[in-house]
Amino acid sequence: MPRVGEAVIETRGLRKRYGDVEAVRGIDLRVERGEVFALLGPNGAGKTTTVEILEGHRTRSGGEARVLGFDPERNAVALRERTGIVLQHTGLEPYLTVAETIDLFRGYYPRPLPLDEALAVTGLEAERDRRVRRLSGGQQRRLDVAVGLAGDPELLFLDEPTTGFDPSARRGAWAMIRGLRALGKTVLLTTHYLDEAQALADRVAIMARGEIVTVDAPARLVAAEDASLIRFRAPEDAALPAALAPRATHADGYVELRSPDPVRDLNALTGWALAGGAALAELTVSRPSLEDVYLRLTGGDGGAEGEA
Amino acid sequence: MRALRLALRQVKYEERAFRRNPAAAFFTFAFPLIFLVILTVIFGNSDIEAGERVISGATFYVPAITALTVVNTCYTSVAMSWVYDRDAGVLKRIRGAPLPAWAFLFGRIAYAIIVMLALTVIVAAFGRLFYGVSLPGATAPAVVVTLAVGAFAFCALGLAVAAAIPNADAAPAIVNATALPLLFISDIFIPPDVGTPVWVERVSAIFPVRHLSEALQTGFNPFEAGAGFEPVHLGALAAWGVAGLLLALRFGSWEPRR
Repeated sequence: MPRVGEAVIETRGLRKRYGDVEAVRGIDLRVERGEVFALLGPNGAGKTTTVEILEGHRTRSGGEARVLGFDPERNAVALRERTGIVLQHTGLEPYLTVAETIDLFRGYYPRPLPLDEALAVTGLEAERDRRVRRLSGGQQRRLDVAVGLAGDPELLFLDEPTTGFDPSARRGAWAMIRGLRALGKTVLLTTHYLDEAQALADRVAIMARGEIVTVDAPARLVAAEDASLIRFRAPEDAALPAALAPRATHADGYVELRSPDPVRDLNALTGWALAGGAALAELTVSRPSLEDVYLRLTGGDGGAEGEA
Repeated sequence: MRALRLALRQVKYEERAFRRNPAAAFFTFAFPLIFLVILTVIFGNSDIEAGERVISGATFYVPAITALTVVNTCYTSVAMSWVYDRDAGVLKRIRGAPLPAWAFLFGRIAYAIIVMLALTVIVAAFGRLFYGVSLPGATAPAVVVTLAVGAFAFCALGLAVAAAIPNADAAPAIVNATALPLLFISDIFIPPDVGTPVWVERVSAIFPVRHLSEALQTGFNPFEAGAGFEPVHLGALAAWGVAGLLLALRFGSWEPRR
């Protein structure tokens, strides 16, 4: 029986150093049984390194790590029997069929997932007897997941599961991941896509520069971002009301205003517009998205950081 | 027990993947016969001075091509497939599964040796049938031991060179550049009575290919009076194998190089 609240992954002060570069700088992480937990962050934030330490592919330079109660560095085989790993770039034997490939991996585990179930969860029933080299990109990615599920793992590591998917394939993959949660699996998901994290994850950890900046449910991260965004078209030299002018920023012919109290600010703004005959063209008021939270926490254009 | 079953199962899947690529499988098997025929045509099936004895060209080429087969299936194939699978992420995925590393390696190497033995039988049968080459009788155990030690040495060296190859694009160039020159100076393509300079033979005596070819020549020599074992050559091969194994264990990797 799944015991809710039990930690499946737990780290304390986890560190990884490559020469002079500290890729992971002391992170504390706790993932509970049955959660879909997303790790977000720009390239070079230390996501992949963190996940590879938890998978047992890398050794850590410092700190504690427990995965399903095991030290991932030590109990390699015992741990691998209970985890599934779906990496970003991995190959499969091109001349075997889908069913043979899943069967090959099922044979490595003491209590494998039945073949039909692995095919059904990943929607590969029709491709069962097809050679791996004849699969489309999306089908190969689903086969990656099927292979990750071959051992009926308690914990599944999913690294960028929908990169390169078209929108409908992405929706399909999301349905598949929700299906995994329904089966009681714990999923550690790394992704670049904020909408993916928002749609799938119970909790999100945002990483930047080797540290975890924040951890929470996506909806609460967004709710905690107090400021709404008021935006309208106006010339740069427009004389805004005195109460608003200090907080306004100008960009590409628009005025943007971060507002913790949009009702009051809009009242001031519309009063000013009516009095002065300003149009407030293209006026929008929006709640922050996970993307806004992410960009603020990771320091803006996070993609500019180097690969670590 | 479970690990042993998994290891044997790997062999089965290696075989199946090999069989599914018929073009590659066909040329793997045709390759040594093509060389046997071409070399016998070029250099003639007439008598060759091998040591104090005189043997027919084909009698020289059957063990020579057998040695070529050991180098190709163990060294070249093992090194290339390791680098390709490492680059493609096949090996990293295997490392994430609860399959012991040795069981995967066992599958790879056992399958390489099965192919090598099959090719040896084909080459010997072809030589017997079309060139009337006499096959080892009393020296058969020596031939088997030589093949075993040779397979160990060249598989280990294949894994060692794979560790030195940065990426799959570089694999054919590096593997061929290390193997081909040795095949030319170790009495495999070119018979010994052509007049190879002595210093070339001395240089080649350092490397494992000559030790393999000379040990196989003795094992296949119809005039061989003894059991046909060549302890010095076998010892040298084994030493190369151990060195290769240590290098592979120290520097080998299962993950793509960045």
